[in-house]
Amino acid sequence: MKRFDYLKAGSVAEAVSALAAHPKARLIAGGTNLVDLMKYDVEAPGLLVDINGLDLKRIEESENGTRIGALVTNSDLAYHPGINRRFPLLASALLAGASPQLRNAATAGGNLNQRTRCYYFYDTATRCNKRQPGSGCDAIGGVTRIHAILGASDSCIATHPSDMCVALAALDAVVEVEGPNGRRDIPILDYHRLPGETPERDNTLSPGEMVLGIRLEGEASPRHHTYLKLRDRLSYAFALVSAAVDLKIEDGVVRRARVALGGVAHKPWRDLEAESLLVGRVPSADATDAFIARLLSGAKGQGGNDFKITLAERVIRRALRQAAAGTPQLQHEKAIA
Amino acid sequence: MLTNERRQVGRAVPRIEGPLKATGRAAYAAEHSEPGLLHGAAVPATIARGRILEIDSRAAKVAFPGIVAIYTHENRPDAAWLDRSWQDDTAPPGHTYRPLQNDRVLFDGQPVAFVVADSFENARDAAALIKVIYERDVPETDLSAKLAERYEPPKKRNGISPPPEPRGKPEQAFDEAHVTISADYFIENEHHNPMELFATTVLYGEDGSLTVYDKTQGSQNAQKFVCNVFSLKQDKVTVINAYVGGAFGSGLRPRHQLFLAVMASLDLKRSVRFEMSRRDMFYLSYRPAMHQTVSLAADAEGRLTAVMHDTVQATSRYEDYQEVVVNWSGLAYRCDNVKLTYGLAKLDAATPGDMRAPGAASGLFALESAMDELSYAAGLDPLELRRRNFVHFDQNENKQLTSKALRACYREGAARFGWERRKPAPRAMREGHELIGWGMATGIWEAQLQSAKARVRLSANGQVIVQAAASDIGTGTYTILAQIAAEALDVLVEEVSVQIGQSDLPETSVEGGSWTAASSGSAVDAACLAIRQRLLDLAQKDKASPLKEATVEEVVIRGGHLRLDVDPKASVAISELMARAGETAIEEEGEVGPDAKQMKKFASYTHSACFVEVRVDEELGLVRVTRVVSAVAAGRILNPKTARSQILGGVVMGLGMSLHEESMIDHRSGRIMNHNLAEYHVPAHADIHDIDVHFVQEFDNKASPIGVKGLGEIGICGVAAAVANAIFHATGIRIRHLPITIDKILAGDKTPTDRAA
Repeated sequence: MKRFDYLKAGSVAEAVSALAAHPKARLIAGGTNLVDLMKYDVEAPGLLVDINGLDLKRIEESENGTRIGALVTNSDLAYHPGINRRFPLLASALLAGASPQLRNAATAGGNLNQRTRCYYFYDTATRCNKRQPGSGCDAIGGVTRIHAILGASDSCIATHPSDMCVALAALDAVVEVEGPNGRRDIPILDYHRLPGETPERDNTLSPGEMVLGIRLEGEASPRHHTYLKLRDRLSYAFALVSAAVDLKIEDGVVRRARVALGGVAHKPWRDLEAESLLVGRVPSADATDAFIARLLSGAKGQGGNDFKITLAERVIRRALRQAAAGTPQLQHEKAIA
Repeated sequence: MLTNERRQVGRAVPRIEGPLKATGRAAYAAEHSEPGLLHGAAVPATIARGRILEIDSRAAKVAFPGIVAIYTHENRPDAAWLDRSWQDDTAPPGHTYRPLQNDRVLFDGQPVAFVVADSFENARDAAALIKVIYERDVPETDLSAKLAERYEPPKKRNGISPPPEPRGKPEQAFDEAHVTISADYFIENEHHNPMELFATTVLYGEDGSLTVYDKTQGSQNAQKFVCNVFSLKQDKVTVINAYVGGAFGSGLRPRHQLFLAVMASLDLKRSVRFEMSRRDMFYLSYRPAMHQTVSLAADAEGRLTAVMHDTVQATSRYEDYQEVVVNWSGLAYRCDNVKLTYGLAKLDAATPGDMRAPGAASGLFALESAMDELSYAAGLDPLELRRRNFVHFDQNENKQLTSKALRACYREGAARFGWERRKPAPRAMREGHELIGWGMATGIWEAQLQSAKARVRLSANGQVIVQAAASDIGTGTYTILAQIAAEALDVLVEEVSVQIGQSDLPETSVEGGSWTAASSGSAVDAACLAIRQRLLDLAQKDKASPLKEATVEEVVIRGGHLRLDVDPKASVAISELMARAGETAIEEEGEVGPDAKQMKKFASYTHSACFVEVRVDEELGLVRVTRVVSAVAAGRILNPKTARSQILGGVVMGLGMSLHEESMIDHRSGRIMNHNLAEYHVPAHADIHDIDVHFVQEFDNKASPIGVKGLGEIGICGVAAAVANAIFHATGIRIRHLPITIDKILAGDKTPTDRAA
């Protein structure tokens, strides 16, 4: 771990100006990811800006929707009655992630900004374009069990590890950020990015910007949703493939279908065009086949993760069946419905 | 034998050191300190094979003025020259790895520099600034690419029997058999990962003596190593391992933290602690990868007519590490045509090490999977096939068995599991999305007695002290030794103080191989017998003693009295005997060791039958182990509570072996990529369901003087095969490659996805 300076931010403005002034500054909240990365010398911030004192810990509900403060812990969010009533999909995804101890410390904003679990990113003796831009990618051709099958580049095949963000992607959340140039909203699908030639950038935050909160409009389906996560053990493991599904079904016909995949790409993966193939139809194997064919048309394995293409197909199939039937996946029961 | 109606032995006594551990008062190796203690940190090599060209520590020195020393191969203080001096009691043949010996890198993670600083943080952070420049050689770490280079170890490892000579005509019997199967089985490297990190704290005495708190399974083995390597007199070095937070075999050999901490302490004449990081732990030791082939043949009744088992096991380039892998296949079942072969292949990796049931856990995965395959080929229930091939004799060694209550394990285990309700055909049981499968396997492990001494002191007031250099690696040794002494001297367990885990206590072998309870327990019992003899001698100095004519076998200790077993009135108070002799306490040593004469005629094994229920969501490739029954025959059970914990732990570790655990090695670099507990998966609570541990009655008066056989390893034996067999029963998919992960289920019985480059 490298030595660093520490600032306890008294206000959002102070945090933003510290971030803007110090290019090597990092925000710290729960620290469940950043502290690990610092211990491994993957991250070496010159300044830690502690935002735990800021008033960003509230969940506010209105007629239009729900606003989640950046510092709301994963646990508080997952067990919040309003969230469970309006967005049970989000609660389910949160409870599929990490462990109770980590969820008690990890925050919503930190979850959005957590970094990949790529073995090579974590091991400073390897080349990694995300860790050290331009150095190369040793993951390609290496141990690739947990790597991307969609949207990868020649520079990076890492995946985003979050469960929460997959649900947020399915729910069309909006991320509120504040920076030196004021506030702006970033739709969740634009928040994370694909690696391209610049995998060092996980998201579209500009320098000096910080997350204030997450907004969810209206309500999600109370019944036709699921978060299905497949992993190498039944708790405390990142998704090999996960799917967040939110369906609006009226008179047996799908009126809106939102499907996001986790564990398969550098960002939660959604394909709005593919989703349109599900809309206006009764839930059926045919519709699902067309959807999957379109959604996974660009899927490409890296060797060790080739199985994830098959697994993704099957996870989507099961998740769509669960959501259509209104039997959402319960995270405390490890049997899959 | 232990004889007392007021039983302490056999009672579920909670661990006597439990409150100390639960309240943080039991100090482990890295928890001892003194003012001015220095802290060490190692720099791990980041190549698997090559040479160090340059080590640049300038940046570290500038950034951290608190650095006291940086040791590399260029400035390491002298240590012993001969291999012999480096070889501890458990070392395999070869050239023992010597930290910082020269510029050669032999394995990924090898310590190439050792930083000593005034604080742990300074040492760790300075180590991260040290730059090492290497000349890389192409590493070979993939066992499957090295099978052709197999060789027979030229020198046998002490205590490890090579395969027996072939018997009968196995090839011919195989060719002529009614039914045969032949298949290849693979396991990947697995890591011990005990909860406690490897650590050594060396307190440097004013007279140059060393008090060494070490995480080890043998304080005396570690002490001898330190004395041999650094040419120190035995009385200058005390090694203490009073509490050990798990080890599973990884602490049998002295690890490099011991060498480096002692080296620095001697060089600097200061006290030094070195605690490894979790990542460092992955480079120490592991259950080696293996490629096994098992061929079985049977007649129309399902009786085995041929057993052939071949294994190629990974070892390092510098040592011929050996396990007993294939021998089990020659003694588990009756068969007159047997061929067992075992070879090694050298890889650019650290030497593997004993990991819970070394050899048996791996070998039985192959044998017991093959037996399951044979049962389907022969159209027999898997349990029935095993019953038909039951043998009460060791055909490998041509020896009788001291006992074998395996039939009771089969019977009682099957009854508890409900095996008779099993539908024989695969894919016949289903609930919702899940296919249900029931599988079973036999477990075997050697029951051994090692040389052990113990000292017992009985005070006139009834207080008892038990002393031995034995180790308690979390198994319950403290507790069972207290129970044995309490029963023999008829006091309460609370009145017994157990002092173990220190090299200057009575001599004891390393804690391993499941032999500690039998060995140290018998030594304590022997010491108690010697106390009874002494008391009887004292009594018989009195011409009018009611015990005048008694022999030691005829007297017992009851309620602070020595008396005739058959006549409570013929009794003398122990306090009175001691007072008369002018003593306040009586102290005796007991000693046991293997009985060479008996070992010529008898072999001794523990046995188990493991029954497993899995539920497999076939579409998603997800396996859940929802029920396990482990029925164990291990002779006398000293403490059902600690015994059950041993088996529970073994089963859980077996489930990890079955479904989760493997080193993920990038064979291009030879490096382990999942070197942390987030990515190296062991079972989480959610993976573990009902585990029913059942001990069958087994009387054995030959395995050890107190009738104990040992429990540390048997719990894991057979578990992986039982899981794989249950998965086959559920799905019809036979997976012969551990761990059984989602991708392998999805791939069906086709070649599993290559997990690494």
